[in-house]
Amino acid sequence: MVSIALEKLGARYGKQTVLADVTSGVMKAGSMTAVIGPNAAGKSTLFKRIAGLISGPGLVHLSDTAKGPETICYMPQDTGANAVLTVYESILLAAKQGSGWKVHDSELREIDQILAALKIEALAFKGLGELSGGQRQLVSIAQALIRRPEVLLMDEPTSALDLFRQIEVLGFMKNLSEQSGLAIMIALHDLNHALRYCDQTIVIADGSMIASGPTNEVISEILLRDVYRVEARIECCSRGRPMVIVDGSVV
Amino acid sequence: MAAVPNDRLAQTGQAAYRALVLRRSVLIALLIVGLFLSVSIDMALGPANYALSDVLTTIFHPFAATGQLRVVIWDIRMPIALMALTVGASLSVAGAQMQTILANPLASPFTLGISAAAGFGAALALVGGVAVFPLATQFMVPINAFLMAMLAALFIHFASTMRGVAVETIVLLGIALVFTFNALLSLLEYLASEQALAAVVFWTMGSLTKATWPKVAITASIVIVVMPLFAKRAWALTALRLGEDKAASLGINVRRLRLETMMTVSLLAAIPVSFVGTIGFIGLVGPHIARMLVGEDQRFFLPASALCGALLLSATSVVSKTLIPGAMLPIGVMTALVGVPFFFVLIFTHRKKSW
Repeated sequence: MVSIALEKLGARYGKQTVLADVTSGVMKAGSMTAVIGPNAAGKSTLFKRIAGLISGPGLVHLSDTAKGPETICYMPQDTGANAVLTVYESILLAAKQGSGWKVHDSELREIDQILAALKIEALAFKGLGELSGGQRQLVSIAQALIRRPEVLLMDEPTSALDLFRQIEVLGFMKNLSEQSGLAIMIALHDLNHALRYCDQTIVIADGSMIASGPTNEVISEILLRDVYRVEARIECCSRGRPMVIVDGSVV
Repeated sequence: MAAVPNDRLAQTGQAAYRALVLRRSVLIALLIVGLFLSVSIDMALGPANYALSDVLTTIFHPFAATGQLRVVIWDIRMPIALMALTVGASLSVAGAQMQTILANPLASPFTLGISAAAGFGAALALVGGVAVFPLATQFMVPINAFLMAMLAALFIHFASTMRGVAVETIVLLGIALVFTFNALLSLLEYLASEQALAAVVFWTMGSLTKATWPKVAITASIVIVVMPLFAKRAWALTALRLGEDKAASLGINVRRLRLETMMTVSLLAAIPVSFVGTIGFIGLVGPHIARMLVGEDQRFFLPASALCGALLLSATSVVSKTLIPGAMLPIGVMTALVGVPFFFVLIFTHRKKSW
């Protein structure tokens, strides 16, 4: 089990700096951290930088120093690429990178287990091109899980899901995280999801970190006005959960 | 999230996957049998009529056959038939990998201007005696063809990696390259001597008739060398079709993989063109047929593409010999005439999405 912390993390595309000075507290194994911010704020860039896909200043600290970037898995936003592959093959593909051609029974059993855990066994031999947006997201999660990461970076995994599936997927990830010790960072647009499922939150806007800390402290009315330009209240519902209630946009 | 169970759930995913692999392996075996038959028929056809059994006997026991039969089969027909096989395989694999790395169903050596560039390079040598790489003048034609093809391939590659360049833009750039190199080729034809003009025209129509054993050996060697390189990267190349970000997230150096593949593809596309001229259709259609048959897992897609391309060109060679008895029509013309209707039938009967 691995905890992760970011120190003055930045990212560059060529000579252009697109992200600067992101520092977080320790994101513990078994915890979920929301990364929030407006569109094009730099959330995906942050994830790519943490996963080592782009370069830049700063450090990514893992609690187990013997473990390297291979323990971090980035799950990008779905681009809708329609490879002529079945769901089963696409998950196998994620597991087999860097391996030989031979496919072992143990690898196939693991795919079966992940499909069952996500309740998508019926999709196993459907083509990727036949899937709905929500089904594709679930397949992406399966592709990530098959690689047995200890830190999982999920880039807007609920964006194409209906409300029922959003709750189901986030609940599944929360349970998985707590039971297996997986540290999850998840980019979200729905702040109520962040309040409900995430222990910590990092706020990114215009390529900079605006705030970082416990979710119920970070998501505030001031933040909503300054970063999202909306008038909103944070109130507790009848069950005692904090909720964001949006009254309108800031003129 | 819970989907309606279907009959496939009666067996475990593991068993169903093994069945899928078996089905694909059988399809590849059938392609091999089809190719063997087509190449045999190709060797049996010609101005002199020989029975297929005599031809097969001559192939497997050359010294048991008469001298004339041996010469006709081994020195004339076999190089042509095997050239069709190797060129078809080369062009189809080149097209398959271009479609893979550019994520573009229209990509092929022909549509993106690689063949036109190779043709122009070869014409430079034939018409003007210009060697792009001056130290190897005896191999001027294939080397010119390769270098020009590589230049065109690199241009397409770097254009495709620029930010904001869409898939459609790459195709447009390819079409622009085709027009540019065809215009330059026309200019060379205009300036060429009668003899050089004939050689250049031979190219543009594509022909297998000048196949020789050394040319077959060179083309085959390239396929034999390149296929294991692609095979070694089979999982990575397949992952590219999941999208660039997804592939990178799986630990693949996408930029490097694309560049290496593009360089290799230019070799695969250029050498056949320098020997047999422009054959446009195979590199586009061979991979699509393979994809419809076995999907895009490169462990199956790669051999299936090679086999489909080889079979298509071999079958076209057979048709080109049988349409007008005694004459062999230009193969480049025949691939389009025979292949396009066949491809239409496949597209309209294969409703399942295949790109």
